[in-house]
Amino acid sequence: MKVGVVVFPGTNCELDTKYAYEKLGAEVELIWHKETDLPNGLDLLVLPGGFSYGDYLRSGAIAKFSPIMNAVIKYAKNGGYTLGICNGFQILLELSLLPGAMKKNNNIHFISEYHYLEVINNENRFLRFFQKGDLINIPIAHGEGNYYIDENGFAKLEENEQILLKYCDENANESNPNGSVDSIAGICNKDKNIFGLMPHPERAIEDILGSKDGVKMLEGFFK
Amino acid sequence: MKVIVNIQLKQGVLDPQGKAVHHALSSLSFDEVKSVRIGKQIVLNVDGNDKEEVKKRVKMMSEELLANTVIEDFEIIVGDND
Repeated sequence: MKVGVVVFPGTNCELDTKYAYEKLGAEVELIWHKETDLPNGLDLLVLPGGFSYGDYLRSGAIAKFSPIMNAVIKYAKNGGYTLGICNGFQILLELSLLPGAMKKNNNIHFISEYHYLEVINNENRFLRFFQKGDLINIPIAHGEGNYYIDENGFAKLEENEQILLKYCDENANESNPNGSVDSIAGICNKDKNIFGLMPHPERAIEDILGSKDGVKMLEGFFK
Repeated sequence: MKVIVNIQLKQGVLDPQGKAVHHALSSLSFDEVKSVRIGKQIVLNVDGNDKEEVKKRVKMMSEELLANTVIEDFEIIVGDND
């Protein structure tokens, strides 16, 4: 299992992601955004969390023009497994590799807390070790995680089983921390090889961190 | 040439910042305020004399980078030479 993790100026979750995947037995390579080619033989490419380019203009807006991005777009469009976590998700939206856009959280606050998620669709590589309706408890940490998509786009997400995760409380009741449309926390593309979510599975991989629910998510990409 | 790009969330897209500021104005008893929308203004100093051509280029910049047209509208105001 070989994982590539792209690093932009302002990225700050690359080492957590590397640690998590190495702990699971993967070989991990950090890829500086000024590179123009991806390493050969990647099984998974991660766009990690952080604040690429200081979130200037909009989260992810400037990172999408980094030199490495042509290779990233090509890899993802050719079916390569791609995972965007938090800022990585925002970048995938800015690239239009995933549909929709992010707005500031409804309460304007930066939210950093554990939050429950409900598994909505599991017939994909990322959540294949879960059942529909399973609850996951992992951290969220974002100021712009208020997912927006118009009605037509939303209907397509539902129809194609692209909604991965929704925010909820510990009893699976509605609990929407940021105002996202239909409490959406994560989605994938129609072909189910490009995944994006605001919560941080790489921060929930050991009991001492408060949860290891993230392990089963990250493991989904192993062969 | 000075070019101003005003960017706002599209009509119908809720503006959390605007809502918070509206709430704050109400608490200050400015009850006449019916709604608040917050956007951003980007001021460019652009080489060029042909206003139409400059506007065309700035439209491309806005669509590619300055605005996210999934949720935002933009307007371009081309100023005089200075």
